Amino acid sequence: MAQALGPDLLVDEGADGRPQWDNKFQYLLSCLGFAVGLGNIWRFPYLCQTYGGGAFLIPYLVALVFEGIPLFHIELAIGQRLRRGSIGVWTAISPYLGGVGLGCFTVSFLVSLYYNTVLVWVLWYFLNSFQQPLPWGTCPPNLNRTGLVEECQSSGTVSYFWYRQTLNITADIDHSGAVQWRLLLCQAASWAVVYLCVSRGIETTGKQPRWPVLVSRNNCRRDAVIIALVNSLTSLYASITIFAIMGFKATNDHGQCLDRNILSLINEFNLPELSISRDNYPAALLHLNTTQPGRIAQLPLRACSLQDFLDQGTSGPGLAFIVFTEAVLHMPGAPVWAVLFFGMLFSLGLSSMFGNMESVITPLLDMGIFPQWVPKEVITGLACLVCFLSATCFTLQSGSYWLEVFDNFAASLNLVIFAFLEVVGVVYVYGMKRFCADIEWMTGRWPNLYWRVSWWVVSPLLLLGILLSYIVLLTHRSPSYKAWNPQYELFPSQEEKIYPHWVQAVCLLLSFLPLLWLPASALAQLLARRRRENTQLDTALKLQDSSGC
Amino acid sequence: MLWLFFFLVTVIHAELCQPDAENAFKVRLSIRTALGDKAYVWDTNEEYLFRAMVAFSMRKVPNRETTEISHVLLCNVTQRVSFWFVVTDPSKNHTLPADEVQSAIRMNRNRINNVFFLNDQTLEFLKIPSTLAPPTDPSIPIWIIIFGVIFCIVIVATTLLILSGIRQRRRKNKGSSEVDDIEEKLESMGTLANSVPCDSLDMKGGHINDIFMTEDERLTPL
Repeated sequence: MAQALGPDLLVDEGADGRPQWDNKFQYLLSCLGFAVGLGNIWRFPYLCQTYGGGAFLIPYLVALVFEGIPLFHIELAIGQRLRRGSIGVWTAISPYLGGVGLGCFTVSFLVSLYYNTVLVWVLWYFLNSFQQPLPWGTCPPNLNRTGLVEECQSSGTVSYFWYRQTLNITADIDHSGAVQWRLLLCQAASWAVVYLCVSRGIETTGKQPRWPVLVSRNNCRRDAVIIALVNSLTSLYASITIFAIMGFKATNDHGQCLDRNILSLINEFNLPELSISRDNYPAALLHLNTTQPGRIAQLPLRACSLQDFLDQGTSGPGLAFIVFTEAVLHMPGAPVWAVLFFGMLFSLGLSSMFGNMESVITPLLDMGIFPQWVPKEVITGLACLVCFLSATCFTLQSGSYWLEVFDNFAASLNLVIFAFLEVVGVVYVYGMKRFCADIEWMTGRWPNLYWRVSWWVVSPLLLLGILLSYIVLLTHRSPSYKAWNPQYELFPSQEEKIYPHWVQAVCLLLSFLPLLWLPASALAQLLARRRRENTQLDTALKLQDSSGC
Repeated sequence: MLWLFFFLVTVIHAELCQPDAENAFKVRLSIRTALGDKAYVWDTNEEYLFRAMVAFSMRKVPNRETTEISHVLLCNVTQRVSFWFVVTDPSKNHTLPADEVQSAIRMNRNRINNVFFLNDQTLEFLKIPSTLAPPTDPSIPIWIIIFGVIFCIVIVATTLLILSGIRQRRRKNKGSSEVDDIEEKLESMGTLANSVPCDSLDMKGGHINDIFMTEDERLTPL
């Protein structure tokens, strides 16, 4: 008697309405699409460079083996086993942990704001790549047209294009400056593209591999390991490329510094051209210094040390943009490579944005804030509009400094805490035995010693250690940032400044606001349960009274 | 006598053209840097060409059409290659003011550069700033054009997607409303048994026949 519903649904719906995958390959590709993103190419190299360069890889590998892979395995396994959205999963584990899902929702919202800003920058570079010569290859002439702009000459054409013509950056986070209309336009386009892809959900654009995934017989262990390894290898490859280019550039700059010194010497003493090479420069300088020190003292000779050039390389969110555009300039057919590279970056970022937006929109739908008759497109549109309006703060002239604030504080601390709660919640609250049994049911094998030891002991301890040391360091040393100040004496090095107090307050707010959901929701649960017990007691008493009559 | 005259002329010339003299300019060439292997040697013929170019530039100035090559004096040529030059007036007693020479050179800088296969950086006139070409900005920057194209595509695609979504939902509603009609009909007919609605068999209105109740007792148990 049952009649088939919905003749042309594109996707089969499972028993609980969550879409399923057509085949395993699609699922894996989508997981990779979410796992490999801008973070590998843009964020990892700049963090790696800020925190010690090559030495940073050691703690990275330790964290990968003992935290990254086990935690990702937990995430995939729990998502597939419970088949709920991010809030539903936590309430399924324990009703008091529902706040974690809400906290994750807040973190996802904050992350998508600044993640999309990076996409905006990529889009801006993409739009500017369709011309020969590329705009970041030459300095513009100054007002009298007697020479090039001073800032561009000292810092280099690529840095000038990034700091002045893209961001138009101010020297201080206090001075917000005006909204850059160019970036605002690109932001509107970027959010429009995101809305286009996310509006109909994963039906039209390809599936989104977080919680609402069902593959009944799957190997989440193998998937977790593969995806985590692909992610790490991409990060490592991107940073190796960036560091190689930076080394090449430092060597180049060092050579040019020597050439400038040699030119000053030759011009002053009217020596024939090419008479002093880079190799015999020190000897020649010594000889001239002993014979005519007076004239040498007047010359603007700069001390050229390769270490200085390596140290004063760019750092901060603009690293990937500066280094890769510099490299592209030297390639034949530069506009083609630039278009390809920035198109690739844009699609990478877009695929991760799907995951972020789904993490924002799915809880909104699950929580039932909107009435049933509101279609999903409207909800998605509203979410995108709210995000677009909130993210206009990143198009201010100080927007890049704010992005660093968000990147450092909204994402890092909260994600570590939520990861810690995830491990603790699954292993200790849900139960290790229950979880291992679920994995055995899904994959056919009980998790081996490495997994169990990591989940039980190593991951929680490591995460706790990281958390505590982060908090201690934060309180010990006021957070500072690097500012681009053309008036600084050591320009083009960036000036290190401390955040003003109100910005530090914003940092604290960003770090702890998502965490407030946890006690708030636990308290709400407690109160609701207490009220339910009271009403049950009341109804029981009433029944007694009525039956007594 | 002639010998004395030549001596006087060279002395006067020497006074007019000196390093840091009034209205004198220093020129510096970097031929090997610019041309590498194809560099030419700087000799007196090249100097003659240079003087010709300077005289040519001066002849373009309104009042100075009668400037000759011999009015341009070079001195202190070094191996770098660098030298000083002045431009004298027809009487060869005074040098022309520096401003005139500077503006003349600036206007013809490109041609002087091209003659020697050099550019502003390799053929330097110290104290004469070069004039850079104005930036060739097209009236509409290219990025705005590409942006417009992409934005239009996105708007069109979004509209199409939303419209198809609305159409799909309308079809789903129509389909589900058809199914709802059939289901309502089924419910109104009640459950079916042999295609006779059971409701018509009114069980409650029947009488229980006691004969049938005792049938079991008539039969002997096995």
